[in-house]
Amino acid sequence: MAILEVENIHKSFGKSEVLKGISFSLEKGNVLSVIGSSGSGKTTLLRCINFLETADVGRITVDGDTIFDSDAPSTLSARERRDKQLKIGLVFQQFNLFPQYNVLDNVTLAPRLRAKERADYKQNKKQIIGEIEVKAKELLDKMGLSDKLDHYPCQLSGGQQQRVSIARAMALEPKILFFDEPTSALDPELTGEILKVIRELAKEHMTMVIVTHEMTFAKEVSDHIVFMDRGVIAEEGRAQDLFENPQSERLKAFLNNLKN
Amino acid sequence: MTQFFQQFPVVFQSLNVGFLQTLKLFGATLLGALPLGLLISFGSMSKFKPLSIVTRLIVWVVRGTPLMIQLLIIFFFPGLVWGKPIWGGGESGRFLAATVAFILNYACYFSEIYRGGIQSIPVGQHEAAQVLGLSKSQTFFRVVLLQVVKRIVPPMSNEIITLVKDTSLARIIALQEIIWAGQSFMKGSHGIAGQIWPLFFTGVYYLLFSGLLTILFNRLEKKLDYFKV
Repeated sequence: MAILEVENIHKSFGKSEVLKGISFSLEKGNVLSVIGSSGSGKTTLLRCINFLETADVGRITVDGDTIFDSDAPSTLSARERRDKQLKIGLVFQQFNLFPQYNVLDNVTLAPRLRAKERADYKQNKKQIIGEIEVKAKELLDKMGLSDKLDHYPCQLSGGQQQRVSIARAMALEPKILFFDEPTSALDPELTGEILKVIRELAKEHMTMVIVTHEMTFAKEVSDHIVFMDRGVIAEEGRAQDLFENPQSERLKAFLNNLKN
Repeated sequence: MTQFFQQFPVVFQSLNVGFLQTLKLFGATLLGALPLGLLISFGSMSKFKPLSIVTRLIVWVVRGTPLMIQLLIIFFFPGLVWGKPIWGGGESGRFLAATVAFILNYACYFSEIYRGGIQSIPVGQHEAAQVLGLSKSQTFFRVVLLQVVKRIVPPMSNEIITLVKDTSLARIIALQEIIWAGQSFMKGSHGIAGQIWPLFFTGVYYLLFSGLLTILFNRLEKKLDYFKV
């Protein structure tokens, strides 16, 4: 069964309809890349799935659990809704680290606040905090940042900041990790380190959705590609097929433009 | 010259008493206006239109009229117009009225500084907090607040140093602060009359106190230097 199902998402801003009925699904452990020119709606789609925008119409199911349904307005409390939302994590284009916290605290802040809601928090406080820190350190180690734990974001390069933000998103153990153009704010020589991290996550079968302009990378790392154009999915399929044998005129034009 | 040395201890004593009242007004104003200003800034940023419109109207009126008029209105209005003097007589009544006027006035100025600070925090900070599952209040207290504090230290220090000197306006309702104390030696007090130097000398108190505040604010700024917003 698909771990993510997105059905018929519509979203308008004022009179302009940005998403005109988007549906796709994603298998557990797979990597999906969303490509398309600027203004095609790919970032809006990602923001709708992450609740940074509310879709006008549509349904989103994660792991069999409906996290959004425009037909059945939810009666969930704010906290229950947050719990559902945490099934998905998001890495931003601009990192959005919290500047006043060091690297370790950036990663542990959300898990620590969440742990406070646990019934046994008061009794086992030390142990719980300890576990959160151990896990954060493991994640940061994996990101090659174990020597930067007490650094502040302003002391890090863009690539390092983005790796911290990946660790921060992973610390909440999302079932699916979304990336919003994770290398677009980076100098070209720094994009490699982020792509390497994503590649490694793919090897470990982390389910990921990546909005990206890095076509070579998308082709290499993705199982599935969705090509968006003017608010619809113009074409989708296996990465290999899509890049080597595009069917639609729009995708052909898009790929040709990139070559020039 | 010998006359000056005879007068100085008497004047010094009297100015100290006046300055204590100045400091009390200063402290009480900060204590009230710092939190009230935050509430007002929330009001003016509210998505509930009537609330934000009314709040902004109040801020406009308070910032758009002289503090001196506000002092006079707040002090005299209840007694003269309603026939119900609510402040009580004597120095304590004048102090209470002055404090209310100062808190109201300064809270409005502070609210605009807070608003500017809060709105200058990039939307990405709120979004990051949201996708990490932080609640609205966790986002404000754990993520936004310290960044706001860092941003508003320079304009706040400006405003607070202005407050030090603005307290002298309370002289208009005869609050016995330091200007009042200095002036009393012109008319005659403690056997000294026709002397203007005590009034001029009050400037030294303001200068030293605002100097002290400047040092404190610089320290605070340095303390928050460890991160960038």
